[in-house]
Amino acid sequence: MKSAVDITNLGFAYRNNPVLNNLSFSVSQGEFFIIIGPNGSGKTTLIKLIAGILKTKIGGLKVFNQPLKEYTRKDLAKTIAIVPQMAVPDFPFTVTELVLMGRSPHLNVLGLEQEKDLEIAQNAMAFTEVEHLAHRKADQLSGGECQRVFIARAICQEPKIILLDEPTASLDLAHQVKIMDLMEKLKNELGMTIIMVSHDVNLAAMYSDRLLLLKNGEIAGLGKPDEILTLQILKETYGCRLLVDESPVGRFPRITLVPEKHQDEL
Amino acid sequence: MLQKPFIIKRLLLVSFLLLALLILSIFMGLSTGSSGNSANAVFKSLFGTYEADSMLHTIIWRIRLPRVLLAALVGATLSLGGLVFQALLRNPLAEPYILGISGGSAIGAIIGILAGLSRFPGVSLTAFLGSIATLLLILVMSSGQTILKKDSLLLSGVMVNAFCSAIIMFLISMTQDSRLHNIIFWLMGDLSMSDLKQVEILSLTLIPCFIIIFRYSHTMNLLLLGNEMAQTMGINIKRVTTILLVTTSFMVSSTVSHCGLLGFVGLVMPHLLRLILGPDHRILVPACILGGGSYMVFCDLLSRILPQHGEMPAGVITAMIGAPLFIYLLKRSKR
Repeated sequence: MKSAVDITNLGFAYRNNPVLNNLSFSVSQGEFFIIIGPNGSGKTTLIKLIAGILKTKIGGLKVFNQPLKEYTRKDLAKTIAIVPQMAVPDFPFTVTELVLMGRSPHLNVLGLEQEKDLEIAQNAMAFTEVEHLAHRKADQLSGGECQRVFIARAICQEPKIILLDEPTASLDLAHQVKIMDLMEKLKNELGMTIIMVSHDVNLAAMYSDRLLLLKNGEIAGLGKPDEILTLQILKETYGCRLLVDESPVGRFPRITLVPEKHQDEL
Repeated sequence: MLQKPFIIKRLLLVSFLLLALLILSIFMGLSTGSSGNSANAVFKSLFGTYEADSMLHTIIWRIRLPRVLLAALVGATLSLGGLVFQALLRNPLAEPYILGISGGSAIGAIIGILAGLSRFPGVSLTAFLGSIATLLLILVMSSGQTILKKDSLLLSGVMVNAFCSAIIMFLISMTQDSRLHNIIFWLMGDLSMSDLKQVEILSLTLIPCFIIIFRYSHTMNLLLLGNEMAQTMGINIKRVTTILLVTTSFMVSSTVSHCGLLGFVGLVMPHLLRLILGPDHRILVPACILGGGSYMVFCDLLSRILPQHGEMPAGVITAMIGAPLFIYLLKRSKR
């Protein structure tokens, strides 16, 4: 398997606050890779480093065997696209216009789209099932619709890797599954590499090929969901009462939280 | 298929309509004035079938034409300046003077007037130097940060303006003779003192700026998604911000040094056009140039014909028409 992202001894600090410490791992091409971990464990920082938003100062970060620093902004944008954490746009662009913005790294110097770009945008909107919203204003969308529009925008960028920062946070159950199914479809049909930050360990168990568990900026676990999502590891990392068994459908690890009033039954 | 009238078509259509409006307003501006109104005479005069020594011919060529063209350039520059700063600072209250350019150039101009320099090139030059000095000050203050922090840039500008106002008040309070009148007129903005040479120099400086800003119009769209998102779509934020900041400040400085502090048009025109044409900067940049130009020519025209004696400052008209029109459009768009 060719690797999409190679990280060696990566560290990061905001001023004198170390956030990430000595991380080393690789993500393979076409992998669904989910990063989990408690609040403040450095998940978002890691995503921002891979996206090139934050500068790598300590350690190495390679994308398709080329150091990230050697990419121009434009070339990087053709390789990696990011779906932000609940970006609610506060301007009245239409959905089509917003999705078309994803074409920007491919446009000529004046930034005027051609017929071909519109076609790509329409295919992307069809893929995430938002064609019916094409003429709607982007500031009038619901959370789930908005997320799908931003995913279409990322697809439109024609990247090889899509990064997502908690795309399912604040969505209802149906939309959560829909977004995750969509990402799996992206992986299977377009061969994209998906790297996602998630707080939902159950969703992570169901969809990820491999999981990275971060704690205090260090790797607390890396492997297949059933290797990482064990009672012992989760208890050590999150420090809360929980129960791990097997989901009746698909045999994924299933994590159940246990409230204080039932702790005796554990 | 959706959106068949595609971006290039839309761009051409909007530009064509607004260009027609600009030509119409320039023509109206040329044919109206205190020494007689005659559209017919303007036609003849412009296309050379008029006796060369006729009085009206001279007035049209030597007085009205430079003034109307200056108004168009000023309206275009200030509207475009407002548009860029609103996108760059992501603040709807931004206008071309927000970073302190007005304060700096006003101090320069007042010093020029007090030193007894002629209106052009003397006072224009001191005003220009004053605004460039503030621009450099702001660049120094905002540098040293990895990404220009919007709020600190904005606050620096407000402080620079406040400081400059204090100096302006001081200078005014020290002045008693007829130069005071010149200072007040400069501060209100004044299009009357212009000749063709001045317009020529100004257009040669402004047109490259317009082209540079149009080249970054799509980038301004991306900036609306936030700096981080724009970055991941291939934009070098620091470079783009600096280019836009310097180009816009330079172009506003050049304009202001010729006509003083004409207000309001730079704040309201971008909003007005955005309400009508939508948020796409690739459309808004040419629309601000052509539409802002026509609006200023039209306001200047009214400022010349409305009062019985003398004339009103054009800045009074821009706000008197612009503010109610804007509120009306805003109300309508909310529905």
